[in-house]
Amino acid sequence: MADLRCAIAGVKAPNPFWLASAPPTDKEYNVVRAFKAGWGGVVWKTLGEDPPVVNTSSRYGAVHYRGHRMMGFNNIELISDRPLDVNLQEIKKVKRDWPDRALLVSLMVPCTEDSWKRILKKVEETEADGVELNFGCPHGMSERGMGSAVGQVPEYIEMVVRWCKAATRMPVFVKLTPNVTNILAPARAAKAGGADAVSLINTINSVMGVDLDTMAPLPSVHGKGAHGGYCGPAVKPIALCMVGEIARDPECRGLPISGIGGIETWRDAAEFIAMGAGSIQVCTAAMHYGFKIVEDMISGLSNWMDSKGYRTLEDVRGRAVPNYVDWGQLDMNYVVKARIDQDKCIQCGLCHIACEDTSHQSIRAIKENGSRRYEVIEEECVGCNLCAHVCPVEGCISMVEIPTGLPYTTWAEDPRNPQRIAKAAE
Amino acid sequence: MADGPDVRAGRLSPAEYERNFADAHPPLTAQQAMVEAARCLFCYDAPCIEACPTGIDIPRFIRGIQTGNLRGAAETILEANIMGGTCARVCPTDVLCEGACVRLAEGKKPVEIGALQRHAVDWLFERGIQPFSRGAPTGERIAVVGAGPAGLACAHALARLGHEVVVFEKRAKAGGLNEYGIAAYKMVEDFAQREVAFILAIGGIELRTGIELGRDVTLSELRRDFAAVFLGLGLQGVHALGLEGERLSGVIDAVAYIERLRQAKDLATLPVGRRVVVIGGGNTAIDIAVQTKRLGAETVTIVYRRGPESMSATPHEQEWAKSNGVLIRHWARPVAIEGAQGHVRAVTFERTRLDGQGRLEGTGERFTLEADQLFKAIGQKLVPSAFNGTAELLDVEGGKIVVDAERRTTLDRVWAGGDCIASSVDLTVAAVEDGKLAAASIHRYLMGG
Repeated sequence: MADLRCAIAGVKAPNPFWLASAPPTDKEYNVVRAFKAGWGGVVWKTLGEDPPVVNTSSRYGAVHYRGHRMMGFNNIELISDRPLDVNLQEIKKVKRDWPDRALLVSLMVPCTEDSWKRILKKVEETEADGVELNFGCPHGMSERGMGSAVGQVPEYIEMVVRWCKAATRMPVFVKLTPNVTNILAPARAAKAGGADAVSLINTINSVMGVDLDTMAPLPSVHGKGAHGGYCGPAVKPIALCMVGEIARDPECRGLPISGIGGIETWRDAAEFIAMGAGSIQVCTAAMHYGFKIVEDMISGLSNWMDSKGYRTLEDVRGRAVPNYVDWGQLDMNYVVKARIDQDKCIQCGLCHIACEDTSHQSIRAIKENGSRRYEVIEEECVGCNLCAHVCPVEGCISMVEIPTGLPYTTWAEDPRNPQRIAKAAE
Repeated sequence: MADGPDVRAGRLSPAEYERNFADAHPPLTAQQAMVEAARCLFCYDAPCIEACPTGIDIPRFIRGIQTGNLRGAAETILEANIMGGTCARVCPTDVLCEGACVRLAEGKKPVEIGALQRHAVDWLFERGIQPFSRGAPTGERIAVVGAGPAGLACAHALARLGHEVVVFEKRAKAGGLNEYGIAAYKMVEDFAQREVAFILAIGGIELRTGIELGRDVTLSELRRDFAAVFLGLGLQGVHALGLEGERLSGVIDAVAYIERLRQAKDLATLPVGRRVVVIGGGNTAIDIAVQTKRLGAETVTIVYRRGPESMSATPHEQEWAKSNGVLIRHWARPVAIEGAQGHVRAVTFERTRLDGQGRLEGTGERFTLEADQLFKAIGQKLVPSAFNGTAELLDVEGGKIVVDAERRTTLDRVWAGGDCIASSVDLTVAAVEDGKLAAASIHRYLMGG
């Protein structure tokens, strides 16, 4: 049995599966149910100053894709709408009852040092394991100068983190917004301010659709729609990219990462860990299926680690990071070509039409006596992978490496690169 | 009563009749249709299109369902097959479109194309949308004989092209086998008549019912009075068993009984035997067997002279019969019908096998089945006197009208299609295609193309 215990920025948990700051962690009732289900930790839904915020009715939007519900999800909900004291009392009680679980508290207050000092002092009394500064929330609160309004300005991030580190002994996680041009700027600012870890990604600015009858953007509130925060399976590739950017950045070296974004299965989690995450946070998947999903996440991760001979999460963490490089470091001499397993082919023709209409005309459609056959024209195939992606049959089209005998050559070294030739001619 | 025939009407309660003759395959809900539509791979050069006799662009209409373009989906279907609504209900999809679905090659269930087609066409019908309109009048008049699927498809296509059409139908209602022949639980809520109304609504089609070719009007009159004639006569004759006792009461032509059943206002008025025996191996045999079972027969046995693979009823239909409690016995042929007081009592069969040359032969071994009703479902035939009673003769081969690829008969300005032609495969969908092809050919002829 693999050891799934996780420790990140001094915060320990029996497993890396945490619930992100969001509706599932809004109160004692939910959090206790989550801990009973097996979740290793939670980040309590963001606390702010009293009086609590008031939310709209109609808060969530979703993208359903060809019969699959909630491929993408968004919300226009604000931070906790319950009184601060109620939240603090419940946090204290839950931490006392569940000492082995990680319990971070998400915070968002106006951008003054006093506000942060005041709330940190109150949270400290709950004996929570740490705080997570919500610099990510892209909707509503950002219009009041909080959330992503702070997270989009690296100088503000550094300043607020400094205040917080000076005001508390608790580990400080900084939750980053993906609504920036380059995630490294806010990550480096957090590190410069002394952050113990970063959590990312928060949600992405989004409009889920337009109701074509009422012409209201979705989700809509009385005929109007505001942009919300996008999350769910659809955002995972964006999150993985941003986590990887930070994990491989020399300036951010050593900065722990709590990975968030579209994580639904143990496999998603393993990918984030391989990309450098020390723990992972889940929200949409739990909101879709309930807390029970953590059972398979725990057992799946453990079984996979056993099958690979990994004993601890540290054995896995960051393993993919050295392989995450810039395009300019890829091997220009690597060649793959499509190969169709004719025994598995069901003659749907999708590989042919995709290649014929939109790519390199390298899959021939042959029809003889009413039977169909699709064949790769190897000389034309550039190895783009499109056919393998459109093929509905698992393992039918594989991209097979064609050995060239040529050495690993980057674009900078490639003879076809005019810059390189110019350089050689000098 | 011990040995007398047990044939009675009203064997069931009203609720039982209602349940037994409700829609055998209820329509998909909108949500189910979306999920099923999502299973379509949108194949290139899709095999299902090729497997459809009318060549409906199936991936395209399913995509319309996926995207919520139900009107576009229905139009795609009806453009290729004006009886897409009936075909969605009655086509043997397991041997047509669904049988060609690439999902099968993947070892999965085929996409339920028939159910999706019904979903789209029903959507259009429920909203009373008429997507077709008449073309500019050409001044040409065409006679169509028979208001079944072939005739109506031909008439509709001609009306779209601007021709004027007169449809002659000997029965009281149009629809042909859709109205009179298909099992009741496949065509609930008067669908055949709703479809006829939809087809006629295009305008330019005059329906004259109660007019029979050869009795009320002759082919030479039609040729004289109309620019072209389309014969969609169907098969009005029934094969005989050729056995003594065939005239006993209780020995019934399955087609006639189904017609009566389809037209019955109250199913409780239909007399049905306690022990029913059906002879035949086609879909009519299945339909009469299942419907008599559902009318309250205690035992229903289909007896077929060859093995299951030779039955013209599809495997799916055979399964349907079995799941309705019908027993199918193979390799036996009737040799004697026994009666008492003028009514059938029992049927004796001889077991059969194939001889060395693959021909059917009797083994001499016999068995007898008690029967209160014996249904003959051994096929129908053309009655050529209807059209060849006059001086003009058109060629008939194997008992059916000879046509070319465009559905032209050997007689000038006369086309034919549906069950009455030699290439017929006895399917609604094939009859529709015949009508469509003939209409195109007639149009080309009339326009001098």
